[in-house]
Amino acid sequence: MPFESIIGAWVATGLTLFIFSFLYKDNPVFKVAEHLYVGVSVGYTIVKTYDTVIVHLIWKPIVENQEWMLLIPVFIGLLMLTRYVPKASWLSRYAFAFIVGVGSGLAIPRTISSFILKQIEDTIRPLLTLMPGEGVSFTWNLLSPASGVNAIIILVGVCSVLFYFFFSVEHRGPGKAVARTGVFFLMIAFGAAFGYTVMARMSLLIGRLTDLIEFSDASYGRPTLWLLVMTIGLLIVLGRRTRSEPPQEG
Amino acid sequence: MILLRRQLPLFITLVTGLTMATQYYVPHPVSEELLTSVTKWLQIIGGFALVLGVTSLFHVHAVKIRRQEAGWGYSGVLYAGMLGTIAVGLWANGKESIDGVMTAFGWAYSYMMVPLQGTMFAILAFFIASAAYRSFRARSREAAVLLAAAVIVMMGRVPLGEYILPLSGDVSQWILNVLNASVRRAILIGVSLGAVALSFKIIFGVERSYLGGGKE
Repeated sequence: MPFESIIGAWVATGLTLFIFSFLYKDNPVFKVAEHLYVGVSVGYTIVKTYDTVIVHLIWKPIVENQEWMLLIPVFIGLLMLTRYVPKASWLSRYAFAFIVGVGSGLAIPRTISSFILKQIEDTIRPLLTLMPGEGVSFTWNLLSPASGVNAIIILVGVCSVLFYFFFSVEHRGPGKAVARTGVFFLMIAFGAAFGYTVMARMSLLIGRLTDLIEFSDASYGRPTLWLLVMTIGLLIVLGRRTRSEPPQEG
Repeated sequence: MILLRRQLPLFITLVTGLTMATQYYVPHPVSEELLTSVTKWLQIIGGFALVLGVTSLFHVHAVKIRRQEAGWGYSGVLYAGMLGTIAVGLWANGKESIDGVMTAFGWAYSYMMVPLQGTMFAILAFFIASAAYRSFRARSREAAVLLAAAVIVMMGRVPLGEYILPLSGDVSQWILNVLNASVRRAILIGVSLGAVALSFKIIFGVERSYLGGGKE
């Protein structure tokens, strides 16, 4: 077993157990792991951004390919940093104006095409399918992708949910029934999203537990067992110390 | 001065917005080249935006350490983690492995970041479950529907669930593909309509909050 893998197993196990200690209660051990997580994540993002932006998008194209036009976005980017100079902070508006302008311009046609027209097209599907040799048929099977019943349900769901969020008319009479149908669709979707999220988190939990089981192997030096005992011991010591400390004033 | 401080930024937004909106409808190599370049430009400018965020984080924790406020030691841990990762990352040229050999940066990613991130999200399973226990009581018809949908989807995604409720797998898939999809589609259409309206307002200078406050 390579040495860095053994050290890695000990570190990964320790950090995993430190985070799990939050299930008991908020404690300094968890906070150390939490702050380390933020630090490492930010450090990782900085390095990756440096490598992607500074090295591959700015330095190499300019130095190796003489793409001098790239100095323009560099200049715009530097304008952003004028926010730190109060007298010149208004210059950062040019950078924000460029980003927001480009972002809005890009968004309009693409959003209309992909998220409005395409979605409407998929919502209003033909109910009948033409089968070669069999003529026109209506598919009742709910599990079939070509199901006519599902097409109706989707149409009803989309319209009723959109109507529920349409507040320009009062929801009463038939409108109330439509809005109420929308509420039921929403509740089903929220429930499904909840169930899906729970299971995704469970999958992560299983992954972490699998790692803990793997790292309890003798080839790693049984870090799971040793560090579990150490974490519990730490929690007991820290718990006693907190109890013996007098409450702070104010 | 108001021309430079307010009107020129609004003009830049108008011109860039209209140009990029028009670009979509011009099937010409020059137009495609413009899109590629601008996308690259946005990535570069976004990199500078990260500096703003990171500086703020640096500042908040540096102040905590300097004043030795409560929990300043944790800020020290954050600094150590961040600077350590930056150091090994720059040393390894931002690569997790070189010629198939894991670098120190790759080690920090595999044995620190991945377990920390995975566990942080994994413990949410417990909190979601306890929150559900407290709030998922079928007090109304709507709550009962939500509860039933959640249970069916959860059952349908594990073999044990399918063993207990044999149809749960198919029903769960149907809920996700049909009922859930219809709601997501409606919300997506609504959000998109709002996004398009907001984009127009920004381009034509009706919405100016992105310019920030100030005297002018």
